[in-house]
Amino acid sequence: MEQGPGTVSGGGFISLSENEQRCYSDLYTLCQADSSGKLAASKVGELFRASQLPADTLHQVTELCGAKRLGYFGTGQFYVALKLLAAAQSGFPVRLESIKSEMPLPRFVGMKNDAEVLRYPNHSQNTESQGYQLGKPPMTVARPSLDRDALKRTESLGDKQETRSPPPSPLRSPPNSPSSSSNQDRPLSYSYGKEWSSTEQLTGGETRHPAASEMSSYESKHLSRPLLQQEVSSPSNYGSKSSLTHSSVTRALSVERSAEEGSADYHDDPWRITEEQRDYYTMQFKSLQPDLNSLISGSVAKNFFTKSKLSIPELSHIWELSDVDCDGALTLLEFSAAFHLIVARKNGYSLPEKLPQTLQPGFLQRDAVSPKTKRDGTFLGSYSELVPSNQQQKEPAYSEQWEVISELPRTPEPLIVFEDDSRTAPQETNTVESIQLPLSDKSTPKQEPRIDNSMSAFSPKRNPAFKDTSAEHTPLENTPAAKTDPPPELEHQVKSRTRQRSYSSTSIDDAMKKVEEPPAPPPRPQKTHSRASSLDLNKIFQQSSQGFKGGWLPPPAIPPRPLAAQILHFVSSTETTSAQKSVQKINFADFSKFSEEEENAAKNDAQGQLGKAAGSSEESSPLKDILPAQRPQKPSRRKCRPESQNLDSQETTLPLPPPSSSAPGTKPHLPVQKQSSRQKRAIQTAIRKNKEANAVLARLNSELQQQLKDAHLDRIALETQLEQLRPVSYL
Amino acid sequence: NYPLYIRSIPTENELKFHYTVHTSLDVVEEKISAVGKALVDQRELYLGLLYPTEDYKVYGYVTNSKVKFVIVVDSSNTALRDNEIRSMFRKLHNSYTDVMCNPFYNPGDPIQSKAFDNMVSAMMVQVC
Repeated sequence: MEQGPGTVSGGGFISLSENEQRCYSDLYTLCQADSSGKLAASKVGELFRASQLPADTLHQVTELCGAKRLGYFGTGQFYVALKLLAAAQSGFPVRLESIKSEMPLPRFVGMKNDAEVLRYPNHSQNTESQGYQLGKPPMTVARPSLDRDALKRTESLGDKQETRSPPPSPLRSPPNSPSSSSNQDRPLSYSYGKEWSSTEQLTGGETRHPAASEMSSYESKHLSRPLLQQEVSSPSNYGSKSSLTHSSVTRALSVERSAEEGSADYHDDPWRITEEQRDYYTMQFKSLQPDLNSLISGSVAKNFFTKSKLSIPELSHIWELSDVDCDGALTLLEFSAAFHLIVARKNGYSLPEKLPQTLQPGFLQRDAVSPKTKRDGTFLGSYSELVPSNQQQKEPAYSEQWEVISELPRTPEPLIVFEDDSRTAPQETNTVESIQLPLSDKSTPKQEPRIDNSMSAFSPKRNPAFKDTSAEHTPLENTPAAKTDPPPELEHQVKSRTRQRSYSSTSIDDAMKKVEEPPAPPPRPQKTHSRASSLDLNKIFQQSSQGFKGGWLPPPAIPPRPLAAQILHFVSSTETTSAQKSVQKINFADFSKFSEEEENAAKNDAQGQLGKAAGSSEESSPLKDILPAQRPQKPSRRKCRPESQNLDSQETTLPLPPPSSSAPGTKPHLPVQKQSSRQKRAIQTAIRKNKEANAVLARLNSELQQQLKDAHLDRIALETQLEQLRPVSYL
Repeated sequence: NYPLYIRSIPTENELKFHYTVHTSLDVVEEKISAVGKALVDQRELYLGLLYPTEDYKVYGYVTNSKVKFVIVVDSSNTALRDNEIRSMFRKLHNSYTDVMCNPFYNPGDPIQSKAFDNMVSAMMVQVC
């Protein structure tokens, strides 16, 4: 990798004051560095223009810092450029030599962070050095260099600044570039820790020898930061400032050590589980297994994790990593680790070969306890040492950076992962939509906690920033705690919404199917009626509607019998009440009809119900004269002929009885003259309903008769064919 | 009857080992079927020259689920003690059960577990 300022300056190294470092790291964040350490050229250009320097000066700066050579702005280039800008603004010639001396901070007009940026120089260095906790030094230090270690330590201390924390991921300290060429060659899968090295270098010349060894022991734990090793080397290249003394370093070290555990969650470490994440994982665990102390079986976990749409080998690998006791089941801690790995993978981090130390159950268990105590607001001594003003001033910077961060495209991903993992397994489109809803809610500039609650805790910038504020943390913690609830609720709601969607879709499908069935029969009335008819029958009997379209099963004949009986009873009763004559006539008509029907039934059994229908129609004709009152029924009776398929609401019950005429035949003779008017009305309504039902049944009857006819015809045809063939075969 | 996992060290005569392993499968089968007594034959030892020219030993081991482990060692290597072979098999078996524990692993799939790989490599290095 290019050597940036180091080479440009011909072997000299650039030391940056802490203020400068802070400032530059902020600006670096602003420029939206991506994970590879390159800065967005547009943002950089904007920044440069904001410095109000003439264009050719800017060109010079760009050239000098090496960006032109590289084609992009790496951290090194960026920092050098900033220094050059500062020099230019102070009136110094734009040369590398001018950078070497102490420089005021560059001023940028029109940039968001100007106010904060300029404020930083006001902070004392001491406070920085003391109060900073990098969280854990993200370096897996293999380098024995003491300077590096000490740098890391101070850097880690310094990292507690919120300004640092957002940039961590993209920020590889500019010194990195000069020092080790291999730095940038490494794929920066973990974008954390860059900042640390940067701050390291920025903190510059602190003597770090005593603390270095301890640092190295720390860092060696963190395997996930192999990249930082190289970064570490770079700080060593920088001239050490003698400003910071050993004491501060040692104090920082002690603080850091004590803070090491406590600040567990305050790192940009992708393998650390934040509190919100932990809560979320616990929630998910509960959904799979109510008892928090017991295990999730392998198959359950498998189904759950396959929802995350990762490939099976990857899931297999994750399982291997997380199931440390290899029992085929996951405890809560193992489950959290596995879930965390999945989220990391979805966010683009490659899976480690070995379970990171922070994800191991022992660590997680410890961690589960400690953060809570920390959250009480009394952070370790380092935090209390922080100047409150720093924090307050940092907060606005945080919020801004949070907003900046909220624009990161990554944010939707964790939610998507979680949504996918949801038990309902809603469709992805639904989830995405639903996710974006809560996301949009969250991205409204609220505090970090909201964004954290969006579970994109992998954004390295957020974590430390979020955690850095100690004093503010107490009020913030309450809000995060509250906000963790809303987001899970939101997600629950989302899930429930999607769940409802899925359910509603299924119900709609069912409804559709039901609707389809009734319409289907009309086109094919001649085909089997079985199911459709039963459905229709049910529908009709339920709704007593006349919109039936199917055939009818013979079993319906049974209900018609009692129906017919009742109907006859009612009919006769109503008719008797209305007018004696008519009643009598009706009765006569009924009786006659039934007697005729009985005869018909006796005659036409062999022919199925054709004859009956015909008989009924025949009956209707002689009755026409007799029963003008029943005229409306007669046309319906006529329609009962096999060809008729129209429904008439006024179809009488009479056509129905033909199939079951014998039984009701006796009943009409019952005395019917004892009905009151009230009963009349009830009877009339009942009659109407029964008539409707009868009409339906009659139609069914007619259709069945038609079928019977056709079947007979077919049979005849087949028999003739058989006979024709037979003599042939005998030949 | 296909191998779930094959690994060979120093000499990458994979193909030859494949062949060897397949031929040894027959022997293993024979031993299994012959055993009417205990179902679980914890280990089977097949010493001796397979070919006149070749000089290596093949060891077999069967699990309860009929999964067979075959180890081929070069005879030039000062004879490994029986116990060592047994311990190797035991380690193999343990690693295999760990692989099985993974719900994402379908029995019958080639084993892709890195932990398993690492264990096997370590073991082989130890022997060689």
